[in-house]
Parts: sequence; C-alpha cells; structure tokens
Amino acid sequence: MAVIVNRETCIGCQACVSACPFQAIEMRDGKAVITDKCTVCGACIPVCPVEAMYREAAGRSSVSDSNAFRGVWIFIEHEENRIKNVSLELLGEGRKLADTLGEPLEAVVIGRQAEWMAKEAFESGADKVYLIEGLEFENYNTDCYANAFVGLSRAYKPSAVLIGATGNGRDLAPRIAAQLETGLCADCTGLDIDPETRLVIWTRPAFGGNIMADIICPDHRPQMGTVRPNVFKAPVRNTGRTGEIVRVAYRAKPEDMRVKLVDTIRICAGGVNIEEADIIVSGGRGMGKPENFRAIRELADVLGGAVGASRAVVDAGWEPVMHQVGQTGKTVGPKIYFACGISGAIQHLAGMSSSDLIIAVNKDPDAPIFQVADYGIVGDVMEILPLLTEAFRTVKAARK
Amino acid sequence: MEIVVCVKQVPDTTEVRIDPVKNTLIREGVPSIVNPFDKIAVEVAIQLKEKHGGRVRVVTMGPDMAKDALKECLAIGADEAVLISDRAFAGADTLATSYALAAAIGKMGPVDLILCGKQAIDGDTAQVGPGIAVRLGIPQITYAAKIELNGKMLKVDRESETGFEIHETSMPVMITVGKSIAQPRYPTIKGTMKANRAQIPVWTAADIGADARKIGLNGSPTQVRRIFVPQARAKGRIIRSETAAESVARLMQKLSEAKIV
Repeated sequence: MAVIVNRETCIGCQACVSACPFQAIEMRDGKAVITDKCTVCGACIPVCPVEAMYREAAGRSSVSDSNAFRGVWIFIEHEENRIKNVSLELLGEGRKLADTLGEPLEAVVIGRQAEWMAKEAFESGADKVYLIEGLEFENYNTDCYANAFVGLSRAYKPSAVLIGATGNGRDLAPRIAAQLETGLCADCTGLDIDPETRLVIWTRPAFGGNIMADIICPDHRPQMGTVRPNVFKAPVRNTGRTGEIVRVAYRAKPEDMRVKLVDTIRICAGGVNIEEADIIVSGGRGMGKPENFRAIRELADVLGGAVGASRAVVDAGWEPVMHQVGQTGKTVGPKIYFACGISGAIQHLAGMSSSDLIIAVNKDPDAPIFQVADYGIVGDVMEILPLLTEAFRTVKAARK
Repeated sequence: MEIVVCVKQVPDTTEVRIDPVKNTLIREGVPSIVNPFDKIAVEVAIQLKEKHGGRVRVVTMGPDMAKDALKECLAIGADEAVLISDRAFAGADTLATSYALAAAIGKMGPVDLILCGKQAIDGDTAQVGPGIAVRLGIPQITYAAKIELNGKMLKVDRESETGFEIHETSMPVMITVGKSIAQPRYPTIKGTMKANRAQIPVWTAADIGADARKIGLNGSPTQVRRIFVPQARAKGRIIRSETAAESVARLMQKLSEAKIV
C-alpha cells in the first residue's frame, strides 16, 4: 500500500502539498514526491487536478478469513453493581450497526456474579450474551479481563468489537487488540458501515481535536474500537426483552494476577463522576484564583451537578485531574454544561461540545467558547456566578 | 533498576491551526516537541534512578529529526538513547509501532520497568504502551499518579474516574503516567552540552530483527481513509447587559422561554 505520484502527469501545482495533513509531500524538480511521513491517508488524491496521484495496493497480506467472523460485540463495563452508561450507549449504537450488517448484537459480560447484567443487556438490545463469572473478576483487572476476552474472541469470532473509551476501556482494548494482532481505533466519536465493503468506519478526532479522521480496518478481524462516553444516547429499555446466554467456564491463570488491586480512594467531590453527570459547572483560568472555585461548587450544589475544570486550572493545581474536561481529560455530555471563565481552546471544546446545552460566562466577548455556547453572558464571572446560583435557588424553591 | 522510557516526537498541537480557506492543517512554524506526557515519564524514571540507582534509557521510533527529542531527554538526565529508524517503519499504526518498540527493547537486554506517557498529544490513542507490554509478555498499569519501589515490588497509585486505585505489582512491568505524577525538570547547561555531544545509535529494522510483515504499513491493520475538519456547533445567543443582574435575569428568562427551567 502506498500513494504513488505519476511523474508524467504531475504539473507541479502543489495542491497536494497543502492538502497533506502530515507534511509528507515535497516538491523536487517541480514534481510532487511522497516522503516517508506518508500514512497513505489519501487526502492528496482528490485534490490533484490532473489525477496524477493514486493508491497502489501491494505487499499487504490479508491475515484472516473475514467471512468467518460475525456479530457486533459490546464489552459491558460495570462499577459498583451498575452497568456504565457508555456500555448501554454502545448497545444502542451497536444495534444499528448489527442491523445494517444483518448480524447479531452480542454482549460480553465478565464479573463475579454477573447474570443480572445479561438481563439488562438484552433489554438494551443484545441478542446474545457471553457470560464469564468468577471470584477473580470481581474488580476490573487488566490481564484477567483481557485474557478472558481474547479467549472468547478466538472461540466465537466477532466481526466488530466496541468498548467504551473510559480509563479501564482504554486500558483493556489495546491489550486485547495486540494479542489478537488486529486494528484498534481509539476514542471514536462516530460509527458507520460502508455499504460497499461492509467495513466499520470509525470516526475519531486527532491533533487535539483540530481534525477528524475516518479509519478502517480492512483485512484483520475483529475490527476494534473504543468509543467515547456521551456521544451516543442510551437506548430506551425494552422491559422483558430477552436473549440467549452462553456461559463460558473460563478461569484466570495465576500469571494473570501479577498486578493486584489493594485499595481504592475516592476523592471526587460528592462522588459525582463528570462522565456520568447530567449537569456540569466548569471553571477555567478566568476564575482568577483557586478560592473562587467555591462559587462554581455552590452553583453545582444547587443544581445537583458535578464540578469540571479546564486543563489550565488542573495544571495549576486548583482542581484534581479527574475533574478535567477536554482532549487529554474526560469527554462529557451533560444536559447542561456551564463554562465559567473558560476561553474555549479547541482541546477543551473536543471534550464538551456534545453537551445538550452550553452556557458560557466570560469577560472576553471574543472568547472561542462563545462560538459553541447556546447562551453566552459577557461579564465578570465572579459577579455573575453568585447571582446565577441565587436565581436557580429561587427557581428550585418555587418548584417545591 | 533498568528503566526504558518510550518517547514520541510530536507537533505541538496547541499551536496547530486550521486554514479556514483550504480546510487543512497549518503546520508551518509549528514546533516539534517531546510529547509532554513522555517527558513526564522520563522525569519519573530519573527520580526512581536517583533514589534506587540503575540506568535510564530512552527510545523512540521516527525519522533522523527525532534525535532532537532524544537529546532533550538526555539533557535532563537520561543515561542513554536509541533511535529506531528505517524507511520500512513508515506509516506504522499503533500495532506496528508497539511491535517495533518492543523488538528494540528486547534487544536492550533485561529491563525492570518500561515507562510511557499516558498518550501522545497528536494521536491521543494511549495504545502503544499496552501494545509493547503484550509483545513483551509483561503486565501493565496505566494512568499512574505515583510509583514507589518497596523491595522487589512496585506500589502504584492509578488515576481512576473518581479518585485513585492502589496497585501492587512485581517487575518487569509497563507503566504509563499522567501529568499529576511529576513535573519535568529543566536541563542544566552541563546536561545540554553532554546531550549535544552524544552519539545516538540508530537501529534499523534488520538491527532489531523485525519481521517485515509486522512493521510499517504492512504491519498496520488500520488505515486512515479520510481526514476532515469537524463541523462547528451552531453559534448561540450572546447576552451583554449593563449590569450583571440584568444579564442573569435575561438568561433565566431565555431558559424559561426555552422550557429549560
């Protein structure tokens, strides 16, 4: 596989040079030359006015017989006796992919006593559940879970595997993909099926959210991806809907337990995980000083929401890292997102622009956050926040 | 303690801009830096070495220019650096990259600890570290916020969604680090001079005994099919009143009209 330039027809217009996202095309003697930075993304091919660029397929071996692989698999992630929202969201979206392909939607449930999760998976759209139970699966453990999953995948051969792009999901998925020697697309925000090739098209942000890329995995199975929480809606539960449970008597080996979980420490205020929150009040550098975050917490308390933070304030040590929203923090999608004193760098926007409603408060009318906000107040955040808190408190009191 | 840190040279994505007319990335003048999380991993390695002795080696895969990234790591205290570079590595996705890095580490002899940044800021995949661990047959802990050596065991605090998990592990192990674990130090003049003088060995695909089917484009199951600029969210209403109280009142009115409150 390589992109080739036809030197006979190239007119040296340099259209491809500026179209290349990887600066992989140079001009030599008035002709375009592909350098070793090329990733064969093909961005140059359609911009060439004389069709001098094309893809050459060669040397790539197809590793598996793709027809032997069937079914869209969802990994069911759970914590404290609850299925994570993202797994339900993936059951909803996976159902659509499975229907388009005419293949079954199947869930993988691993846990200590986990049959109750199978029931919920059926009610959220799964046709079949592969169930592995055992004491060693009580808490998430990378090797125990990854090796169990790899065993299932080798035995039952899914065509696609979707895993939530949570901390644990992003720990687990690359471990599975490397063992199966297949492709994995990280942190997807869009999923589709190519009607011609029946391949999953995985859409994901790159370069800090500046660009989006469509990725495919043509010759290896299963096709794998982690998918960000909060980009898809969880399906409505179909109570009583049921399916087939396949129990697999897999036990972890001693070498799977080289890493041991000895303790967990909760520090998130009120225990609200921002990835699962309906309302988030976030603060940025524009809050002025760490003490002013009290105003953020007060509004969050009145609304029953969680506190978020920009990268700048996490880097400055004002808020712990698990509150960070953005490309290197968490992706959130609450019903209402308040951005207070946050300028709105693209890395921040990448983590919150799927919120249903965005309300921004910033003193700079040109702040990029106002480009994505549904409502924006230009003004001093320390003047406005207490008034806003009071206004919501009044609304709340009137309701009671 | 034998520590190897895997680093990546990346464009500073905070400086990347989109050309509004051509809809492409403007990368001219965008500086190349050591991926910030990888630099933190180097710092952690140096701190562990300072406390417990041993050696810190850094490795990267990339073009000749990536030596600059390695020199930055040498300047702050890494002992040795290796560049793996070959035309045959070009176009590698995370699977092929982790294969090549693992092969290079395999050539380095016994290693106790492999450190990586939690993710690179250009690709943001967080997949190469775990991929290396699988190839080497060792366990992993991702998103570490603290690493302590107690005898032959490591105690690692891992960032979770609501706080921390405390793990214990034997070595060898691969650990990825987040930014709360350490702040990279600045290079000293002496360190910079030493780094500039350093001869960095370059290992080719043949040097690391790589299987040609597992590296570069041939070893990469994923392909980028299309790249595009994300669609912007529709712009909303700006409220700008004389006083803060008026602004808040207008917002509450709009929220009430929209039946949000």
